[in-house]
Amino acid sequence: MNELLLTVLTLSLLGAVLAVVLYFVAQKFKVYEDPRIDDVEKMLPGANCGGCGFAGCRAMAEALVTRDNIASLYCPVAGGEVMTSIANFLGKTAPEKAPQVATLLCGGTCQKRPKVNHYDGARSCAVVNTFYVGESGCAFGCIGYGDCVAACKFGALSLNEETGLVEVDADKCTACGACIKACPKSLFELRKKWPKNRAIYVACRSKNKGAVVTKVCKAGCIGCGKCAKVCAFEAITVDNSLAYIDSEKCKLCRKCVNECPTGAIHIINMEPLKKEPKPAPSAAAESKVETAKNE
Amino acid sequence: MRTFPIGGIHPHDNKEWSKDKAIECLELPDEAKIPMIQHIGAPSNPLVKRGDKVLVGQLIGQSTGYVSANIHATISGTVTAVDAYPNGQGQRRLMVVIKREGDEWLPEIDRTPDHKRECTLTPSEIIDKVREAGIVGLGGAQFPTHVKLSVPEGQKAELVIINGVECEPYLTSDYRNMVERAEMLLTGTEIVMRAVGVSRAVIGVENNKPDAIAHLREVIARDKYEGIEVMPLKMRYPQGGEKQLIAAVTGRQVPPPPALPISVGAVVCNVSTAIAIYEAVQKNKPLIERVVTVTGKHLNSTHNYLARFGTPVSRLLELSGLPEGDVKLLNGGPMMGRSVVDITAPLIKGCSGITVISGEEAARGKELSCIKCAKCVSACPMGLEPYLLSKLAKMQKWDMAEEHNVVECIECGCCSYTCPSYLPLLDYIRIGKQTVMTNIRARAAANKK
Repeated sequence: MNELLLTVLTLSLLGAVLAVVLYFVAQKFKVYEDPRIDDVEKMLPGANCGGCGFAGCRAMAEALVTRDNIASLYCPVAGGEVMTSIANFLGKTAPEKAPQVATLLCGGTCQKRPKVNHYDGARSCAVVNTFYVGESGCAFGCIGYGDCVAACKFGALSLNEETGLVEVDADKCTACGACIKACPKSLFELRKKWPKNRAIYVACRSKNKGAVVTKVCKAGCIGCGKCAKVCAFEAITVDNSLAYIDSEKCKLCRKCVNECPTGAIHIINMEPLKKEPKPAPSAAAESKVETAKNE
Repeated sequence: MRTFPIGGIHPHDNKEWSKDKAIECLELPDEAKIPMIQHIGAPSNPLVKRGDKVLVGQLIGQSTGYVSANIHATISGTVTAVDAYPNGQGQRRLMVVIKREGDEWLPEIDRTPDHKRECTLTPSEIIDKVREAGIVGLGGAQFPTHVKLSVPEGQKAELVIINGVECEPYLTSDYRNMVERAEMLLTGTEIVMRAVGVSRAVIGVENNKPDAIAHLREVIARDKYEGIEVMPLKMRYPQGGEKQLIAAVTGRQVPPPPALPISVGAVVCNVSTAIAIYEAVQKNKPLIERVVTVTGKHLNSTHNYLARFGTPVSRLLELSGLPEGDVKLLNGGPMMGRSVVDITAPLIKGCSGITVISGEEAARGKELSCIKCAKCVSACPMGLEPYLLSKLAKMQKWDMAEEHNVVECIECGCCSYTCPSYLPLLDYIRIGKQTVMTNIRARAAANKK
């Protein structure tokens, strides 16, 4: 009985003494943390995707609270509204940024860009890229093994088996930019997001000359420059035999779409302009403008 | 009999298809596309433009740095284009296209068949000649040879090793060189010994080539080549790897990168490269042609051609006839060769053979799960853990891959070969190696600033 009592007493005493010691140690080494960091972290989406450039939402929250100028910080997932409310909460000014959406700049479907060899190594675009140009002859086109699909944390990308290309679900895309880093051919671009997910873009990244492009892909940009001539907003530039539409300058007027002889300019969720009957000779070629199916 | 200490595999050597075919000169192509990069290092700068007339052996690509190599015209005629064309992997690279008109050589090249053994040049003169001739390692790595021959200050070469191992299955170009051009090879070896200042050389040959060993020994005894010894090695892949060969011959281990073989006193040089050095130094002939094997079980005929660089791969295959159905064309042998997807691509300096494998043989097995059997670990000649490196690269854990020495991988493919689950181990390790090397270089550049 005596031993039992002694044990209980010793342990209780030890516990009490250590508790006192721990209390003073905790007081001595206390680290002050701004309570606003927790609040800001709660306001952020908590996706931890790294789209802002920080390791996670906590690191972003710390930066937002501690930095004086937060103009360069932006969470693409949360978007402008949340950034404004965070800025108001912290008494700082928020950066203004229009919403963006990731876009795949390749239109080389299996039909338009036939496969010329067979690959049976590891199913990864990065691996294919270390070996050679890929199963089609185009050195710039989508490889189609879905490294970007695996990298997307929001399920916005999917591989269409029929076309062999990756498709972006604009409603799910948060423009975090993970796909841009994952694609070994740099085929993704963050472009301005229009209402109803409308878009017009050149679905090609090939810097090869027109003759080389047409040999391997029927949907590639040949750099003819017709689109740049009709553009009234100077949104289209042609460089290295490749046309590029600046999404900030483009007003979706759709004039360029009908001009493109190969259908490299994609038009999404919009009807192309009615054909003008006068340029008769090339009308047949122009009528093959590709319209996206996902209305 | 000696061999390297760890790892390695023993694939069937498949040399019987082409080993008895004597070297034949391939008819000159009507048009040669000569890439401005056929070596490791900086691409060369084209010196000719459209419409220029060139002679065989004329300099058309100037090397642009220390680790870079000159490029010479391989046929005579008119330059019709300087533009980007696809290489074997389909990537477009800058090439000079020459349309052939006759076969006129630069007058200073000695084209007589006589053997010229005497060499009185100083080491630096030899190295200059090798650099001018644009010689690169012809075993496949295409590393500029003048860099290898320039022994850095503070280090001393003790031994020249001539790589006659040819451990890669199917290929027989080095073997034919040893049997048919032994005198050129041995004089080339003497020149290399002179250039690096050593008195001893070892020619390592695997014991599946007994006639090459016997022939070389006979010529050495007959013509009194002093200090050169032929060492038979036990057949084992990848014995032709530089570090494996040094370990097999000397028993010394080359430390991990950035240490070079010279740190253990060895200078290694391929058989074909030694012959190219002989021709450059004694005959003033730049590197414009090489022996290339065209082989495969299903070909109508196999060949060992002496072909000029720039010859389209399709022309090499013309006489052999491709079999019906899907085939895999390899630039090199089945272990380390890169597949060729465009047969209009030109022959380049590093191509020791074109191996044709049927689609059935080339097909990989269905990928299963890793069963942790560690066969890849015992097969790795560098003592790495391939299953782990592959996984780390797949998960993009570059720091951990670096800690596990991914940069030491020599990409021999022993791991993928032995894997009973058919995992594409090397495919991923290669990405890991490339990324880690880029990271290391970026770090070094940042530290410099």
